[in-house]
Amino acid sequence: MARLFYSERGDHIESTEPVRVSRYRGITRLNHWITAGSLILLALSGLAFFSPSLYFLTGLFGGGQIARWLHPILGVVLFLSFALLFLQMWRLNLPRPEDTTWVTRIGDVVTGHEERLPELGKYNAGQKFIFWAMSGLILVLIVSGVMMWQQFFDGLVPIQIRRIATLIHALAAVAIILVFILHVFAAFWVRGTLRAMTRGDVTGGWAWRHHRKWLREVAGRGDRGPAE
Amino acid sequence: MSGTAPQPTTAAANPPVQPMEAGFGTRDLVRVSATADLPAPDRQLTKLAKLIDVSKCIGCKACQSACVEWNDTTPEIGENVGVYENPHDLTPDMFTLMRFSEWENPATNELEWLIRKDGCMHCEDPGCLKACPAPGAIVQYSNGIVDFIHDNCIGCGYCVTGCPFDIPRISKTDHKSYKCTLCSDRVAVGQGPACAKACPTKAITFGTKDDMLALADDRIEDLKSRGYDNAGVYDPEGVGGTHVIYVLHHADKPGIYSDLPENPRISPIVEGWKGVTKTAGMAAMGVAAAGALLMGLFSRGNKVEAEEEVAAERLVRDREDI
Ligand code: HEM
Ligand code: SF4
Repeated sequence: MARLFYSERGDHIESTEPVRVSRYRGITRLNHWITAGSLILLALSGLAFFSPSLYFLTGLFGGGQIARWLHPILGVVLFLSFALLFLQMWRLNLPRPEDTTWVTRIGDVVTGHEERLPELGKYNAGQKFIFWAMSGLILVLIVSGVMMWQQFFDGLVPIQIRRIATLIHALAAVAIILVFILHVFAAFWVRGTLRAMTRGDVTGGWAWRHHRKWLREVAGRGDRGPAE
Repeated sequence: MSGTAPQPTTAAANPPVQPMEAGFGTRDLVRVSATADLPAPDRQLTKLAKLIDVSKCIGCKACQSACVEWNDTTPEIGENVGVYENPHDLTPDMFTLMRFSEWENPATNELEWLIRKDGCMHCEDPGCLKACPAPGAIVQYSNGIVDFIHDNCIGCGYCVTGCPFDIPRISKTDHKSYKCTLCSDRVAVGQGPACAKACPTKAITFGTKDDMLALADDRIEDLKSRGYDNAGVYDPEGVGGTHVIYVLHHADKPGIYSDLPENPRISPIVEGWKGVTKTAGMAAMGVAAAGALLMGLFSRGNKVEAEEEVAAERLVRDREDI
């Protein structure tokens, strides 16, 4: 099979009238929602320790002791789950020349003038930013988090290192929450995107408008993608 | 009940035997972890202190035994690895520990055996309390005692991160943090700490901080008259002074006493973490969340146009015809 530059092998045209394009397999969607769920629970339990004004969030988990116990365990779930997503997605998130143009015309992006932007593959530079920011921050969070993990790793690093790890963990947590907000906002603001992660497909118009190179490549190989 | 227990000014006197109301309690709190606007207490208790005179200590560990006895902890039976420290470190069941070090005095060429009773210093500005995320898990009373309230402790270990003296230890059994309480429960009923009471050489004494500083001065004068020119008190300013203070014969070199910190203070990293990181972080997350919510609700969104669906249909049809 020809090398694919803009799409995954599983992406395929599901129907032609109207056009619907399959974007994520069921297993990828499940993987995504486990990642999302653990990230949200991590943010809620972590924020409870972050600020006394948010300590009440421990109530969601059945108290401070349980939240303290659960948070790092969810961290491991997030890390493993994201690692699987990473393996599926990293290739199409590598930077491409058209990303530079996209970024320099960010004004047209926010005003919705996509006709003035280059045609794009499966991901635009914004989506790629979210992908790499999540990857980097999750790595920072797991490394610093393990150093803070009193229950199982209390003697792992000296206290001075633990202080630095704690500061870094708190900063990285704020950063990943900001990236998360941007991610959710973008998925919602670009109408028709959410269904890619719920039902697994998008409309032809959506693919034409936002990811035309991806659509061309998927359509170009007809419906011959491997069956799910 | 016959009245309220007075604050003890010594550990030497025998305690009153009749039942009495506790002498201090929640109304005397001056600091509570993760609690911003604590009302100021309506009275100020006399500041207390425990004085540990290392020059008088013979390393008998009566204080350790008294501590175990009073606090009803059961330290694990250890293994002799050929050193005097027993157990080998502070533990959740051992709140105080005699630390032994051998030091060759370059001035006299003599070997000195230095013994220091380690344990919580009851800092005036406690790093443990500053770092603690759980409301009410660490408190400070106006007499200077820093106490852990175990019902509120979640076992995260932030107090360990915050403490400049490496004192708190988290239990692997109940996942709560433990350290010396300065026998707050004894002090509340008019008695001095168990260790001070048990010490056979009066190397440990207890009383008001002023009295203890005066006693330390006497001891320092005596030590100086015996040739310890650098004798002095250890009441480190970097943490606002402490309520456990030492008389050291070599006060110019606290480090030789099993790494007693030279200039202890709350680490700037901890200050930055609990300070600007929290304010700036909360502001950034708040603005982002509110902004995203408002934009999400009120903006039109980026919608696909009908022509674009048609264009996609054309594209797919044309390609499939190939
Ligand atoms: C990836 C693996 C992670 C591990 C192993 C981990 C571990 C930890 C640990 C051990 C603590 C100390 C409290 C406790 O013992 O429960 C902590 C605190 C915290 N975590 Fe995580 N965590 C991880 C991921 C995350 C993520 C993804 C977020 C944000 C969405 C986050 C946000 C926080 C916050 C805000 C705190 C409180 C920091 C502070 O007190 O300033 N963590 N984490
Ligand atoms: S010595 Fe450590 S545990 Fe004791 S009051 Fe100071 S900071 Fe807290």
